[in-house]
Amino acid sequence: MEVQLSGILSQAAGGARCVACTGATIGELLQSLVLQYPEMQMHLDDGIAVAVNGEIYRDRRDQPIPSNADVFLLPRIQGG
Amino acid sequence: MPYETDYTNQGFTKVGTRVNRPDGVDKVTGRAKYGADANAAGQLVGRVLRSPHAHALITKIDTSKAEKLPGVKAVLTGKDFPDLTGGNRGLMDILENCMARGRALYDGHAVAAVAAIDADTANKALKLIKVTYKQLPHVTDVDEAIKPSAPIIHDWVRTAGVTPAPTTASNVAQRSEFGHGDVDAGFAQADVIIEKSFKTEQTHQGYIEPHACLATLGPDGSGELWVTTQGHFTFRNVCASLLGLEVAKLKVTSSEIGGGFGGKTHVWTEPVALQLSRKANRPVKLVMSRDEVFRATGPTSSTSVDVKIGAKRNGKITAATAELRYQSGAFPGMWAMFGAMTSFACYDLKNVKSVGFDVLVNRPKVAAYRAPSAPMAAFAVESVVDMLAAEIGMDAVDFRIKNAAKKGTKASYGPVYGPIGIGPTLDAVKNHPHMKRKLGKNQGRGVACGFWFNFGGQTCTDLNIGVDGSVNLTVGTVDVGGSRASLALIAAEELGIDYEQVRVTIGDTNSLGHNDTTEGSRGTFSSGMATIFAARNAVEVLKQRAAATWDIPVEQVVWEAGEARAKGKQNNNLPPLSLKEIAAKSPRTGGPIAGHNEVVADGAGVSFASHMCDVEVDPETGATKILRYTVVQDAGKAIHPDYVEGQFQGGAAQGIGWALNEEYIYGDDGRLQNAGFLDYRIPVCSDLPFIDTQILEIPNPNHPYGVRGVGETSIVPPLAAIGNAVSNAVGVRMTHVPMSPPRILEAIEDGQA
Repeated sequence: MEVQLSGILSQAAGGARCVACTGATIGELLQSLVLQYPEMQMHLDDGIAVAVNGEIYRDRRDQPIPSNADVFLLPRIQGG
Repeated sequence: MPYETDYTNQGFTKVGTRVNRPDGVDKVTGRAKYGADANAAGQLVGRVLRSPHAHALITKIDTSKAEKLPGVKAVLTGKDFPDLTGGNRGLMDILENCMARGRALYDGHAVAAVAAIDADTANKALKLIKVTYKQLPHVTDVDEAIKPSAPIIHDWVRTAGVTPAPTTASNVAQRSEFGHGDVDAGFAQADVIIEKSFKTEQTHQGYIEPHACLATLGPDGSGELWVTTQGHFTFRNVCASLLGLEVAKLKVTSSEIGGGFGGKTHVWTEPVALQLSRKANRPVKLVMSRDEVFRATGPTSSTSVDVKIGAKRNGKITAATAELRYQSGAFPGMWAMFGAMTSFACYDLKNVKSVGFDVLVNRPKVAAYRAPSAPMAAFAVESVVDMLAAEIGMDAVDFRIKNAAKKGTKASYGPVYGPIGIGPTLDAVKNHPHMKRKLGKNQGRGVACGFWFNFGGQTCTDLNIGVDGSVNLTVGTVDVGGSRASLALIAAEELGIDYEQVRVTIGDTNSLGHNDTTEGSRGTFSSGMATIFAARNAVEVLKQRAAATWDIPVEQVVWEAGEARAKGKQNNNLPPLSLKEIAAKSPRTGGPIAGHNEVVADGAGVSFASHMCDVEVDPETGATKILRYTVVQDAGKAIHPDYVEGQFQGGAAQGIGWALNEEYIYGDDGRLQNAGFLDYRIPVCSDLPFIDTQILEIPNPNHPYGVRGVGETSIVPPLAAIGNAVSNAVGVRMTHVPMSPPRILEAIEDGQA
């Protein structure tokens, strides 16, 4: 699947805005991403969010990703 | 076990009613215990010595005289906080902010602390600590800080988000870019382009209760912390990491909270209080003064924003860009990134680009303030939206409706929206009686939209049923705005009992599994979800007890209207058993009846609001009076409408203060000039009209009741709504918040010139 990146996450992938990854769940997807781009681990440790078809998941690593899903990696949001 | 979180469109009998809040009597009679209200035998008074300089090397600290003063039990400096962060830069920033390590980075930065037998002794001890400073050049303005000539705050900071990675130090800690499409091509298609720059000044959340805690930490590494906080579990984890403690050995209890709004999501003095206690081996109470709250806690960013939007004459936006510079204080933050993400989130744009620059300055470390960073971006964007509508001769609300994001829109920050409420809020604004009120001389009307993400997070809840049928619900999210009433309504709804039968307790960190901080408008959304599932688990136990009482299979038992009923003709002779009846027999049917749930409550659903505001500006004095103010917001299902409306009104009130008066004023010496409520003016009742509200209930598909968070979005539109209203009243575009009387007079004079 294609995973879209933005902001500082794009820099960790060498400036790419879109990368190819594999994984049936968010956890597997992130594993695949770190294998390709080890610098991404630092951002994973700081916390990120994954948007799957518009729904934003912060912590649910077991969330299934449907085939052909729109997947977008975002920095983790803080609130007030 | 997995839980079904999808919206089910169920009917309600309790949820949606306006019951009295359970903590109301305690709070109006003074019985409620806040951060400074706890005491312990033998407790000491903690005090902190703070830097009078904006930026200085600490060449020497002599604490010998203070240590010898009778009654002083502990003195700390940065040397008493060993680096246990394991190379984690974020943790080190927190530690360094709590106590300077060789360099004072802002006026008010802690440089030493004492614990003494009373306040007089502690204050005397502070005066006996001799700190030798070597002053360094400082910078407090966000635009000045990015100039090549600016003093560098940290020589280790390299701008993140830039390829290739820089090799030299910079005050720009991070660059964050969002967007899609081709903005150059989009602007080429535009008939009209408006480009404008804006500034907003730094504001404080202005919570009335200062930071306060009572810390006890023994030589064995076991301790307790009573503290006013939005996230006692987070405080426990952070303090344990900084001080080398086992998480389970530090019990943190959240007091009642006298306001937080994001400012109580971070530790400031708590690790200092714990370390003082460990050194003195006695409890230490540490309460900040108002001066300290302003100088040394976490206000929001001051900002500088450039916005450019192009549109066709038919009102369709063709391209939009923004460059946003947010100062994060003396430590790196992500505040400009949030500004960049939220800036155009209300609109359906084919070509959009926003770039945020997080900038270091010699000011206190910035913290979240209710939808952090979004209000400043909205001020700039919504101002240009109004200017653009005027330029093409289109009604400002119609212009927004034409460009509003909708289900399926690719958000400017990336993902595709599900069902969202920006369009309906604008339709409600267009048809609201407020918009039909006539305006007089020197009066103006403004409208603006706002967006916030919302999130859920880790949540853990316990529900215990007493033998008399009363229910104790223990949650780990701090009640910052009436959530106890909402959660009691949810438990009562699920169990089918009276609201008054449920008592909600905020559990300490030893009572529940981890709960994320109450931020991101998550309290009622996430703890509400966990309460539903905990109650449903308890209902399963109630059904089992009824089945055992009747000696029938549990499959033949249903739970309806607060009682167990036996299904089937063969059970016609069995009268229903109420919750109270089952609870009374519980000691002999298997013991206590309880339900528990832990959940990662994702799927919070984004939130939108549209605000309308009428103002009158005195052209002689520049003073602005808010005549009318109306909030329209999508709340999902409003569990307790009073507290949803309260959140709407609270956000608007804070936004009004931010828009018109509130600002940190720094002198040329880099010192804060107005660290108190006399000189930093938050709105009081006489400054505010009745703030009208309209709740839209567009269900969140990812919550069983359809709940969305409501606490933050209402602070996003006010700066822009008031900016547009004042601009319309005076006939000059306002570009600098706060729009205080001197700034309005200056704008009028500049406009006339």
